[in-house]
Amino acid sequence: MIGRDLLGIEDLDRGDIERILETAEHMLEVGRREVKKVPTLRGRTIVNLFFEPSTRTSTSFEIAGKRLSADVVNFSPASSSISKHESILDTARTLDAMDPDAVIVRHGVAGVPKRIADRLKAPVINAGDGAHEHPTQALLDLMTVMQAKGRIDGLSVAIVGDVVHSRVARSNIFGFLKMGAEVRVAGPPTMIPAAVETLGVKAYTSLSEALAGADVVMMLRIQLERLAGSLFPSVREYTATFGLDREKLRYAREDAIVMHPGPVNRGVELSHDLADERPSVILDQVRNGVALRMAVLYLLAGQPLAGERRGSW
Amino acid sequence: MVLDDAAIRRSLMRIAHEVVERSEDPSRIYLVGIPNGGVPLARQLAVDLARVADLRPPLGILDTTLYRDDLTRTGERPPLRRTEMPGAVDDQVVILVEDVVNTGRTIRAAMDALMDFGRPRAVQVVALVDRGHRELPIKIDYVGKNIPTNTRETVELRGTEGGLSGPLEVVILTEHGAERS
Amino acid sequence: MNRILLRGGRLLDPAGERDGPGDVLIENGRIAAVDADIRADDAEVIDAAGRWVAPGFVDLHTHLREPGHEYKEDIASGGRAAVAGGFTAVACMANTNPVNDDPSVTDYILDRGHQDSPARVYPIAAATRGLRGEIMTEMDALVRAGAVAFSDDGATIMDSGVMRRVLEYSRLAGVPIVVHAEDRTLVGNGVVNEGAVSTRIGLPGNPAIAEAVMVARDLMLAELTGAHLHVAHVSTAGAVDLIRAARGRGVHVTAEVTPHHLVLTDEATAGYDTNTKVAPPLRSLADRNACRAALCEGTLDAIATDHAPHAEHEKDVEFTAAPPGLIGFETAFAVVLDLVRSGELEPLELVRRLSTEPARILGQLGGSLAVDAPADVVVLDPAAEWTYDPAKGYSKSRNSPWSGKTLTGRVIATFVAGRLVYSEERGVLFP
Repeated sequence: MIGRDLLGIEDLDRGDIERILETAEHMLEVGRREVKKVPTLRGRTIVNLFFEPSTRTSTSFEIAGKRLSADVVNFSPASSSISKHESILDTARTLDAMDPDAVIVRHGVAGVPKRIADRLKAPVINAGDGAHEHPTQALLDLMTVMQAKGRIDGLSVAIVGDVVHSRVARSNIFGFLKMGAEVRVAGPPTMIPAAVETLGVKAYTSLSEALAGADVVMMLRIQLERLAGSLFPSVREYTATFGLDREKLRYAREDAIVMHPGPVNRGVELSHDLADERPSVILDQVRNGVALRMAVLYLLAGQPLAGERRGSW
Repeated sequence: MVLDDAAIRRSLMRIAHEVVERSEDPSRIYLVGIPNGGVPLARQLAVDLARVADLRPPLGILDTTLYRDDLTRTGERPPLRRTEMPGAVDDQVVILVEDVVNTGRTIRAAMDALMDFGRPRAVQVVALVDRGHRELPIKIDYVGKNIPTNTRETVELRGTEGGLSGPLEVVILTEHGAERS
Repeated sequence: MNRILLRGGRLLDPAGERDGPGDVLIENGRIAAVDADIRADDAEVIDAAGRWVAPGFVDLHTHLREPGHEYKEDIASGGRAAVAGGFTAVACMANTNPVNDDPSVTDYILDRGHQDSPARVYPIAAATRGLRGEIMTEMDALVRAGAVAFSDDGATIMDSGVMRRVLEYSRLAGVPIVVHAEDRTLVGNGVVNEGAVSTRIGLPGNPAIAEAVMVARDLMLAELTGAHLHVAHVSTAGAVDLIRAARGRGVHVTAEVTPHHLVLTDEATAGYDTNTKVAPPLRSLADRNACRAALCEGTLDAIATDHAPHAEHEKDVEFTAAPPGLIGFETAFAVVLDLVRSGELEPLELVRRLSTEPARILGQLGGSLAVDAPADVVVLDPAAEWTYDPAKGYSKSRNSPWSGKTLTGRVIATFVAGRLVYSEERGVLFP
């Protein structure tokens, strides 16, 4: 069963994922109530430890925690431990001394949540680490697909864009494969890791081929400022080749849904109308995000401490 | 087995009569079953109320798990169950239906949960079985059967076809899981 | 001077092609006799039964951090760690502060080595001033001061024109140019091997081709100039193939491989332990196996540790921010013994690559148990099991991926110039 931390989808099995999704469905009902708050985690403290700014994700976790009556504290240390001469160890020790019941970690470098988890008594939930994983995003994506399609097993999922830098892509690849879907990735060859097929997906350099027969089209966010001119020649060329609009969507199945982790670069990876309207389910993703994170907090936060932690590394 | 399906039905029918007799305004009755066992009982009670007094009360399902007072004391978190409240409970006489009441803690949780759905005029409790080891000042308004047990035993409502399907029965299980005759 | 008799060990002398039981008599800092049954009544006798007796190991590639970074290591602590690992001589890289690009720094290092280090210390001077890859250093003066080779090591000379001149000019000095061959533009921000593992764990990848591209350039320039090129810490099958082919054409090239590249793969980085962050990175299984095969066949001549101490606060950071490197002296023998256990390498051949070959590459004495050779000798127990705890070791730093691991193969005693400087029981014996 699901362990003490949630560091990545890679660590979960299908049963864990199903249990989290089922719990999240019940949490959706809480969100529909007039009083959207249950006393489950009353008196518990949840720390949002965001080394990298992300209003969306931290807000989603904050609302989730508050709906469960936890006290949510936002803590944003300097983004680089080098600049502040504070090691990960220091940060973890400082936090541990505050006795949190769960720590949600976002960091720009892969592996930091794990390293913090190795040192912390409290459970750690990875809210995105570098280009590694973003497990709650993938879980809410699975939940959204489950609602739209009634199943995940046997679906075809196309993930399009900057796969090499995307933690969302990695977590979704692990998640959809574990749940029995077929996964394709597509993007400029400079943005598809050479070894991506070792993950169990099929790689395409043509959007139309990747979309053929797809039930789910997941567009990734392009980091325009950082990548234009190095990994692709220009925004114009990117949009022409891998941007999705209604016309290109016709390559996919007629009933395909369109997803995006947000925030959308409108008119770049997704046309303006597709960002708002069906078959896009982007707002469902956001709504499900709160319920899913409530589920994760319910399952992990404030569990009785099982003795000493794994110790140092 | 301490109650078979027929006995359960007789108890609920009797309770339906009592509910009608004691209600000042039967049109305000709002049934709420507490999962899992309370749900089929609430359904049956709704059928009986229709038969006895032609009442069609709203029928809700209210999971109390998120309101439990022992969540952070136990290890793995219990699975959540369905909550489905068909409307606000403001000014309604809410009748909570539970299969087995013992310590009263689930009823306490259910009352807290209920308050998040509005301000009922009154809250009453139906228990098919009352074991009596109360740990909180909770009063049962309608009891199917009082069954004295020791605290190591459990009392269970179950369907004879597994889960809660098929004809229902109430059994007492010893601490080793064997059925007490 | 006292006499020491190492009695009844398995003598492994690659220089003399000797592998068999025998005694070694040490006298006046030199090997006085090697024979089946030496009688020396007044000698201190050390029972070496069941043990290997070999020429002391020579490490071509180390970072002793002095001058300038003494909080990581200094020549005294590094020298102690070296002899505890069976190394009787170590060559130290120039990336100190100040950089060893001036005879005064070379002098300083040699002086500290004589005074503070139980192991012999051979300075490698910078190939270009300040390791900036622009203006070559005064190679003649540096060699006269005692530099044994030139290298900008991790500050790879990217300018091919400068590299050509460095190689050409080094022929005047007659010592090797040691290269850390990685094309920095291909490395980019990569911190682990690019491949299946980097794709899974989401750390930026450093492609194997970054090494091969630079090795290809340097081999072509060595061929052009006739200089002695020494390729440091080879980690990829591509580089191995290029070196093998170049040697076939008569290019004067030698090459080393580290214990970690021989044993570990990029799977070791999957737990984000910054002690597995090295440059070049730990590679795929196929690359690792190519390096093992190349070491066995002789394409890779020597094993060098690339002992690179870093303080705990420097390593206890994000994987991308941590400096690359690990400490290697005290674990090297046990780690590379894996090649003997697997049947890939005979003990004699392992010793050749730890001792005889590196001494030859550096043009220094050592690597031999010949009579009259300096008595740099190591006694080894290939079967001893022990648990490595860097905190109990001699290095000032603790950045080892083998921390807490149980290893097989232990250094029992180390002699430098006939003097017992380390024994397993008594530790380092040096004032």
